[in-house]
Amino acid sequence: MRPLLYFSDVVTLTFDADKCTGCGMCLAVCPREVLRPSNGKVEVAWRDACIECGACRRNCPGGALKVKPGVGCASAMIDKMLGRKKACCVDDDSSPSCGQ
Amino acid sequence: MRYRVDPGLYTIGDAGPDSPVFVTASYKMSFDLLRKALPGISAWVLVLDTQGINVWCAAGKGTFGTDELVGRIQSSGLADVVSHRRLIVPQLGAPGIAAHEVRKRSGFQVVYGPVRADDLPAFLKDGLKATGRMRTKHFSFMERLALVPMEIVPAVKGALPVAAALFVLSFFVSGFSAPRALGRTIVVLVSLSASIIAGAVLTPLLLPWLPGRAFSTKGFYAGLLLAVCALLLTGTLYHSNMAMVLAQLVSIPALAAYLAMNFTGASTFTSLSGVQKEMRFALPLEIGATAAGLALWIAALLMGG
Repeated sequence: MRPLLYFSDVVTLTFDADKCTGCGMCLAVCPREVLRPSNGKVEVAWRDACIECGACRRNCPGGALKVKPGVGCASAMIDKMLGRKKACCVDDDSSPSCGQ
Repeated sequence: MRYRVDPGLYTIGDAGPDSPVFVTASYKMSFDLLRKALPGISAWVLVLDTQGINVWCAAGKGTFGTDELVGRIQSSGLADVVSHRRLIVPQLGAPGIAAHEVRKRSGFQVVYGPVRADDLPAFLKDGLKATGRMRTKHFSFMERLALVPMEIVPAVKGALPVAAALFVLSFFVSGFSAPRALGRTIVVLVSLSASIIAGAVLTPLLLPWLPGRAFSTKGFYAGLLLAVCALLLTGTLYHSNMAMVLAQLVSIPALAAYLAMNFTGASTFTSLSGVQKEMRFALPLEIGATAAGLALWIAALLMGG
């Protein structure tokens, strides 16, 4: 089955090859196959699949990967705009609605 | 109901100093999924305090995080219980955990396990190696189906006061008349139901096949389809005028698009930047079209619809 993709060319992910140590942690943590090994380092293979979860940035010891992490959740953003505190991934009982 | 597990160190089976250590969240379902995935395996489970929230969401918030993990390793006395220095952390916890910092601060090496707990036996058997498939978050039809009730409930909760308000408004606009009131009520209820079916049921289920990248676009097309169905249905039950037909044609796709947009948070492939882009173009259109639909509906009532 074909993978689901959101918009093209919107994500904030950047990669600085000079800072990459080739440890491969980003390859292990990315849930979307955005990165792939390349000459002992990595490269961004599929940027549009990135969901900006921030796992690669958090686990990059060299600071080679940068992304503004966040959750792509319209109802949370609407709640925030309306000044309501309750948002997805915040309340206790409805957590299954944002995946496991 | 309690959905929480107390944070701390737990054992599964007959865990000893060499048994593997799994890290999870204090959300009961996360803990149970982990336990069920390890039949016949003796292991330690370190539960982090995520206030009852699952691993992925807690990692995004940072409660499933480096500080909490390092603190929990210390407070649980894990280093005295196991002879090795390795933790298996769910991959979806990685947005909150910096493996290199955990190692520096606690001496424990973080190994990221597969996305799904189901794959843990294969991961253990393979010497803590996850395949590409185990590393990828999918979004299957069954997963989407399971989310549908959680889309319907808030949509219906939001629609009920709207239906009541429109019903009351219809009397102010065109006066009381019992047979016409029945027809109006049917139109409102059918239109709101069609919007909810299109935006909260059809869009999640048909997500890969509906045209467009934006969820609003997908919801718009599903709404258009349901608007035609709604018109055919109300047309046979209730004799309405052109303005009423237009009101339904405009407002049903708009409301469906709005509801579909709210499915972005439950999906597994949207980004914050993407949702910001979608909301910038879709939200004004959705609000504008709904307002236009309301104006047309009032016009239809004034024309005696």
